[in-house]
Amino acid sequence: MSERYGFSLTTFSPSGKLVQIEYALNAVNAGSPAVGIKASNGVVLATEKKSKSLLHDDRTIHKVESICKNMGLVYSGMGPDYRLLVQKARKLAQEYMLVYEQNVPPTQLVKRVADVMQEYTQSGGVRPFGVSLLICGYDYDEDRPFLYQCDPSGSYFPWKATAIGRNFVNGKTFLEKRYSDQLALEDAVHTAILTLKESFEGQMTEDNIEIGICDKEGFRRLTPAEVKDYLAQIG
Amino acid sequence: MGDDILSYNGGVALAMKGKECIAIACDKRYGVQNRTIATNFTKIFQYSDHCFVAFCGLATDVQTVSERLKFRTNLYELREQRKLKPNVLYNMLTNLLYERRFGPYFVFALVVGLDPKTGETFVYDSDNIGAISDNVNLVTVGTASEYIFGLGELFFKPNMNADELFEATSQALLNGVDRDSASGWGAVVYVIEKDKITVRELKGRQD
Repeated sequence: MSERYGFSLTTFSPSGKLVQIEYALNAVNAGSPAVGIKASNGVVLATEKKSKSLLHDDRTIHKVESICKNMGLVYSGMGPDYRLLVQKARKLAQEYMLVYEQNVPPTQLVKRVADVMQEYTQSGGVRPFGVSLLICGYDYDEDRPFLYQCDPSGSYFPWKATAIGRNFVNGKTFLEKRYSDQLALEDAVHTAILTLKESFEGQMTEDNIEIGICDKEGFRRLTPAEVKDYLAQIG
Repeated sequence: MGDDILSYNGGVALAMKGKECIAIACDKRYGVQNRTIATNFTKIFQYSDHCFVAFCGLATDVQTVSERLKFRTNLYELREQRKLKPNVLYNMLTNLLYERRFGPYFVFALVVGLDPKTGETFVYDSDNIGAISDNVNLVTVGTASEYIFGLGELFFKPNMNADELFEATSQALLNGVDRDSASGWGAVVYVIEKDKITVRELKGRQD
C-alpha cells in the first residue's frame, strides 16, 4: 500500500481547511463522553463505558489507561485508534526514561504524542486518528498536576477542566459553572461524575463508567468498588 | 606512551565530595606523545548552573564529546524549559557514549553536580562506553588517575568544608601529576557550593 501512496491523503480545501481533520473531529464528537478536571492536588479523568450487550464482560477492557507511573489518559472517538496511541505513548515515556532516568514530565509527553498525531495528517497513505485524548499527569519538578487535550490535528491544549465527545458543549458549560481553583481531588471526582450524568441515558453504575485519578502518588484507575462508593455519595 | 590511544594526548582530572560542596580539577597540558604543544587545554566543561563534566583521553574526542553533549543539553533546556539535574546529565552522557558501543569515543568522564536547594552532592564517573558508577566520594580519570586516586584517598575526609576540600583536591592533583610525564603544566580547580562557584588556577611544576 505504501508504495502507491507516497502523497498525503490529507489535503487542503480551497477555504484553507483540512477536511479529513474536520471529519476526524466529527468521529470524536460522536463518541462517548469523557471528562477531565484538574484539582489543586490532582487530576480526575472519567468516561462513559456503555456496553452494547448484556453479554459483554465489561470489567475486562478499559478506557482509562495509564501511560507510566505518573500519567494516564482517556479518549473519545475510535477505540482501535486509541489503543495504538496508548502503546505509542507508553513507548515514548519509556524512551524518555532510558535517556534521562527521570519520569517524563506531562508537558513533554503530550508534545511527543501530539507530534505523532500530527504526523498522521501529513504523511503518505495514512488518515488522521479518530480520537481526542485527555492526558493527565503529575509533574514532580513543578510539583503540580496537569491536564491536556490532544486533538486529531495534533494540537494540544492545557485545561483546568474540559469535556470531549457527545454533548461536550453542555459538559463544558456545566464545568464552567462548577469549576474553582480551590477544588480538591475528592470534590473533582464528584463534579466529574455529575458532568457525565448530564448526558447519561439510564442508570449510572460502577460498570458503565470508568474513573482514573492522578496525584502525587501517581496515576491509578479506580476499582468498581471505589466508583460505587462515589456514586452512592452522589445519590 | 607507545601505542596506547588513551595516553596519546595525556591529561588528568579529579573530583571530590565535601559537605554541600564539590571540587573538580584538571591539568592543562595538551601534548602529542612526548611533545607538549599547549598549556591551556582545560578538560572541564559546565552544563548547568551547578553541573560540571570533565573528559580525559584523546583530545579530539574530549572536544567532540563535550560539544555533542552540549548540543543535547541545549535542546533539553529549550524543550523542557528547565535546567539539568546532575543525575539526568550523567544518564544523558552515558547514553551518548553507549550509542558508540562498537566504535567508541576514547574519553573517560567525570560528572559532578550539586542541588542548590538541598545541598545534595553528586559525583560520578564513567568509562568510555558509558558504564555507570555509584554516587561516590572520589573519582579520577586520565593518564595519572591511579597516582591522584591514591593521594586523593589519603587527603579525603568526609564532610569537608569548601576550603579544606580545595586543599585536599589541589594537593592530590598537583603531586600526582608530578609522577606522570603526560600530565601537568598547571591546573584548574572548581569548587562548587550552593551559592557560588570558585575557580582557581594553580601553578605547579612547569614540566
